[in-house]
Amino acid sequence: MKVSTEQLRSYILKDIAVISGENVVECYQCGKCTAACPVSKAMDILPHQVVRFLQLGMLDEVMESNTIWICASCFTCAGRCPRDVDVANIMEALRVILLRKRGVSRLKTEDVRLVFSEGMPEQGVVSAFRKFAR
Amino acid sequence: MRFSYYPGCTLKTTATELERSALKAAKALGIELVEQKEWQCCGAVFPLVRDEIAAFLSSIRSLAAARDAGEKLVTICAACHHVIKRTNHLIKTDTEVREKVNGYLQLETSYLGEGSVIHYLEMLRDELGFDELAQKIKQPLTGRKIAAYYGCLLLRPAAIMAFDNAENPRIIEDFLFALGATAVYYPYRTECCGVYLSLNNTQIATDMVEKIVSSAFSYGAEALVDACPLCHYNLLELQKKTPQGKPLLPVYYFTELLEEALGLKEQTAVRKDRK
Ligand code: SF4
Ligand code: SF4
Repeated sequence: MKVSTEQLRSYILKDIAVISGENVVECYQCGKCTAACPVSKAMDILPHQVVRFLQLGMLDEVMESNTIWICASCFTCAGRCPRDVDVANIMEALRVILLRKRGVSRLKTEDVRLVFSEGMPEQGVVSAFRKFAR
Repeated sequence: MRFSYYPGCTLKTTATELERSALKAAKALGIELVEQKEWQCCGAVFPLVRDEIAAFLSSIRSLAAARDAGEKLVTICAACHHVIKRTNHLIKTDTEVREKVNGYLQLETSYLGEGSVIHYLEMLRDELGFDELAQKIKQPLTGRKIAAYYGCLLLRPAAIMAFDNAENPRIIEDFLFALGATAVYYPYRTECCGVYLSLNNTQIATDMVEKIVSSAFSYGAEALVDACPLCHYNLLELQKKTPQGKPLLPVYYFTELLEEALGLKEQTAVRKDRK
């Protein structure tokens, strides 16, 4: 059986909807999520743009962005969305889909040796690995 | 007054000062916090995707054990509290998660979300009462200008955490008031500190910390208080990485000030030029 790129794309979009529990169609692009985001300055695609790309089925743009790795899961966006779209959940679904593909890991054990010796709490190290590695 | 107590990993390792001061203060207030026998790491982050059931198990074990003891579960670390509280909400509201978790755990009595978990600050506010706390203060922190830093995990998502008004909270300010201190309000008190980004995106986290600390400073604070080991680390350590290179404000766990106000320890250091 052959699976076309289009089919694959729609499977992934469905996956994102299922595991995030969010419906991107609800978003009307007001931009409040981006206005609320404390790290939007460092993102190449802004939070509301992530949702827009997903509405349009433009997965590559989103999956290749640095945005999903910079999102700090601070939940500020979700609290301010007038349409009840939880962008934090969407960001996590995108990370998880990439991380579950073998070999995609954003954090290496070597990265933490130094910070541990500086007193970084266990909570921080465990959180970072849960978010950025598999 | 007696509660089951869930410490979590960080309080037993890097944040020992938080646990030590919290337990000492609780004892002086006549509150018995009984550490659970077989607690496990909460996982530090609550899974935001719907299909990671295994990550809920340790929280459910602790919640069920507290229920069996007939006690509320008390947490001190903001991250543990966030994870356990959200897990409790999920198991109460999501049938599929409830069935899968119970199918796996095979507890004597299934856990359906009937237990309750409260943070130490909620314990002081709702169980003891801040008025009662104020009565027990031996060394009021009169004239001390303290800025509360809330961070994310205790406040958001507001409907689930139900801790306080997420956009304009007051629980830590009310707590400071009970200790006799002056609470300093400043715009960045509920902003994110950068969490684990301090590990692999240090500059971004440093910028976030700089905004928080300089905002508190410009509103006249002489010290910051927080309730989370990771916020605490970021606020302390990343201040040193800002352009001016040295810390603007000292940072304390809220329990350290409590300990001091209860007359259990020497005065915590403050910026002298702010007196
Ligand atoms: S706040 Fe909500 S509706 Fe507005 S752009 Fe963001 S996701 Fe869309
Ligand atoms: S959860 Fe992520 S996207 Fe939303 S405001 Fe926080 S950092 Fe920005």
